[in-house]
Amino acid sequence: MGHAEHGYGYYVKIWAILMVLLVISILGPTLEILVVTLITAFGVALVKALMVAAYFMHLNIEKRYIWLLLIGALLFLAALYIGLAPDIQNGSGTNWKRCNAFSDAQRARVVAEGKHAEENHPGISHFSVVPGDTDCTSQRWAWTPGFHFGG
Amino acid sequence: MAFQAPIATGRSATGIPTGRLAMWLLLASEFVIFGGLVVCYLLFRMHNGYWAVEASHTNVYAGALNTFVLLTSSLFIVLAHHAADAKNDTKTAVKYMLGTVGCGLIFLCVKAFEYTTEITHGYTIQSNPFWAFYYTGTAIHAGHVVAGMTAIYICSFDVAKGKHLNRVELTGIYWHFVDLVWIFLFPLLYIAK
Repeated sequence: MGHAEHGYGYYVKIWAILMVLLVISILGPTLEILVVTLITAFGVALVKALMVAAYFMHLNIEKRYIWLLLIGALLFLAALYIGLAPDIQNGSGTNWKRCNAFSDAQRARVVAEGKHAEENHPGISHFSVVPGDTDCTSQRWAWTPGFHFGG
Repeated sequence: MAFQAPIATGRSATGIPTGRLAMWLLLASEFVIFGGLVVCYLLFRMHNGYWAVEASHTNVYAGALNTFVLLTSSLFIVLAHHAADAKNDTKTAVKYMLGTVGCGLIFLCVKAFEYTTEITHGYTIQSNPFWAFYYTGTAIHAGHVVAGMTAIYICSFDVAKGKHLNRVELTGIYWHFVDLVWIFLFPLLYIAK
């Protein structure tokens, strides 16, 4: 491998860039603008991860077999997402309906009520409101904001 | 002369040293473990707006400190690799390896502080699905931190004697992966509100 040509300063420079990116990823979301949060939190995280993989793990000079190995693992992840997403992302399907399949408006209300409850009762760990479909009897999909594992 | 079993140190088909190839195979399986967790988290997170409120109870400063500590530890272990590989300087390599282990300890202390605060405030693994994901993800990650620290510490003894210097790179690759996982857990669990 050709690691030897990189000196101490090279790695410190990469670390310094990672530190700048860390600061950006913390400060960006404080603006509370969705697009800025997505870019600064997740976009920057992706850049940081790629930098660590490329320069610290030396993937930039690694043989292509390793790349194929990692791409294979990522394909399994994609298969997992594609396999699960239809059931989790949808609120209902053939012969099933999920109890906490809120509409956007309901979801916004839940968040607002939760924030209100937090302000009045600091330290609560869940919401007291339980919106959603009360006809649902399936425990498996009865996750609501007030749900506790094991009753 | 004592018999010594031959050791396959290189793979002729790929041209990659056996140890490094094995480490990447291990990491490919780890990709699916942590990736599966992150994928499931994202699927649920997108569907449960109220998790934003739950996420606001995690300590961003502690998470940021731990990110700083892990990124710095990654620098230390790559410098250890550089010292061992390029300069054959085992003394410096051991110094940086122990620095990495020290960073791992700081990470675990901060995590323990966080867990204590959260649990005493009533946010336990049973509170709701967000906290279930939070504790599962961070605890599995912390387990990997402990494994990495142990491996690096054990290898440092041989490196100090000038033996098995290639293991600095192998444990280093593993440690960087632990860092990579945290880079994604940090925005998911601490920043996205």
